[in-house]
Amino acid sequence: MGLRNFFDRIEPNFVKGGKYEKLFPIYEMVESFIYTPKTVTTAAPHARSYVDMKRIMTYVVIATIPCIIMGLYNVGLQVNSAYETIDPTGWRAWIISSLGIGFNAGNPLANFAHGLLYFLPIYITTLVVGGIWEVLFATVRGHEVNEGFLVTSMLFALIMPPAAPLWQVALGISFGVVIGKEVFGGTGKNFLNPALTGRAFLYFAYPANMSGDTIWTPVDGFSGATALSIGASQGYQELAANGMNWMNSFVGTVQGSIGEVSALACLIGLAFLLITKIANWRLVVGCMGGMIGFSLLLNLIGSDTNPMFAMPWYWHFVVGGFAFGLVFMVTEPVSASHTNVGRYIYGALIGFMVVMIRVLNPAFPEGMMLAILFGNVFAPLIDYFVVQANIKRRARRHV
Amino acid sequence: MAQTKRDLLIDPLVDNNPITLQVLGICSALAVTSSLEVSMVMALAVTAVTGFSSMFISVLRNQIPGSIRIIVQMVIIASLVIIVDQVLKAYAYEVSKTLSVFVGLIITNCIVMGRAEAFAMKNPPIDSFVDGVGNGLGYGALLLTVGFIRELFGAGTLFGFTILPTVNNGGWYVPNGMLLLPPSAFFIIGLLIWAVRSWKTGQVEEREFKIQVVEGH
Repeated sequence: MGLRNFFDRIEPNFVKGGKYEKLFPIYEMVESFIYTPKTVTTAAPHARSYVDMKRIMTYVVIATIPCIIMGLYNVGLQVNSAYETIDPTGWRAWIISSLGIGFNAGNPLANFAHGLLYFLPIYITTLVVGGIWEVLFATVRGHEVNEGFLVTSMLFALIMPPAAPLWQVALGISFGVVIGKEVFGGTGKNFLNPALTGRAFLYFAYPANMSGDTIWTPVDGFSGATALSIGASQGYQELAANGMNWMNSFVGTVQGSIGEVSALACLIGLAFLLITKIANWRLVVGCMGGMIGFSLLLNLIGSDTNPMFAMPWYWHFVVGGFAFGLVFMVTEPVSASHTNVGRYIYGALIGFMVVMIRVLNPAFPEGMMLAILFGNVFAPLIDYFVVQANIKRRARRHV
Repeated sequence: MAQTKRDLLIDPLVDNNPITLQVLGICSALAVTSSLEVSMVMALAVTAVTGFSSMFISVLRNQIPGSIRIIVQMVIIASLVIIVDQVLKAYAYEVSKTLSVFVGLIITNCIVMGRAEAFAMKNPPIDSFVDGVGNGLGYGALLLTVGFIRELFGAGTLFGFTILPTVNNGGWYVPNGMLLLPPSAFFIIGLLIWAVRSWKTGQVEEREFKIQVVEGH
């Protein structure tokens, strides 16, 4: 193993007393990315398991693959469809034409390639800028660079609108990593989801680039509303008139952020996470229960002025970021509740808040991001009460 | 430990800043810092009120009965706030409209009451006045810093003059809308506290608990 020998040879330079001891986190990052970490926890108590943090994080990234594939296909599909009426411009169009791929919206590979040209700049910016912050904090604080960042950066890139300017992407991931995670002590101590923190920052800082009708398909002069904004203004029954039925919202060939359009892809990811036991099923059950329960209640109440009241739960599930948030953000173990009862309550709170924001709040068409951040803030409180209730119950039993 | 008048004036600027160290007066710091002009007027108003209220309370400190001292302090502070409010309405009506309720709320500003209770009740008038002004200036310094950041990056202007021409006016700068919302001041004040404590490490609080080191790296 030439590579192993290489690492062993240069390691003395990075350990304490070596020439580059300050750069140890960077060495450790590269080495543990390629090989299993050599350092293991020595003190008791701990259970041995093959599922270490590195494997958890890697599994989450693997689970996003269906979303990435569907997202890239859909971005390309939307752009190529728009190009049927608008002339292609810009460097991406130039690359596509010089490679001879063409702008045929009926060709999945052409769509995929075109989507890739939108996704890659956003993803690379996220990785580079966020990575610089990670390494900076790791170097100053002397802890390891963590695989958690791979998850954060992937999720962050997937919840960007395809037309997001790259400098905003850089600003958003900086805010997410620094304020959402590092100021609280790094991976495992973040009480907010870092990717969503960055997204929320951009949402409030640059609303024109993060919401509206013109940002979901990055073509000048093209405007396409998301299912939620049509639902809010005309009612979900009108979605069909705008070329959206339940099936294509479920499969994900509609307007939306890059990775969150396809509920189907999210469900595949969810199945993977549940089978590998990375995601806790109680969170999923709680969140679905809260969403279904509250939307059924609103259907029952009904409203003459607000068409969103009538949106049934199976539409709430497929539109906007609900499915994506449910699979990858509600189930995030660090920022969710840690007790089993708390997990049901935490999930239900988020499910309830999503419908609440989508239906009853006129200012925000989409509520998943805000609902999850809201749930994150409440998670420790929920845990506290669950633990206290348990203590009281046991104390009563012991009288 | 006798403090000189210079110490009383200079200390609250950084070493004992009412906002970054004592974490007092946060609500008005969130509400009035969206532009530099308003921040400055607010800073001057608070400085005037803390300075003079400390002085008058200190003059009366031996006459004020301990059991009703808070009420007496409130009367003095409230009178001064009314004067400040009237002056602002007379000479700076536009700004006073923007500040609206926050001038009146100087009465409940923790810094004013805090200095009256903690310092003016025990020290002579001149010292109390200097201490009040010092704390007002410490508050003002932070307000101006936050106002500077929020107005420059939120609207691209300083004191209303264009520094970064915004996209809407044909320039290149895309203003950060979040900085015009009050919650952004939370982040800015938090980051400033972080910066100050990295610089003056003596301000860092002791850890409440210590995480046991169990790994032998």
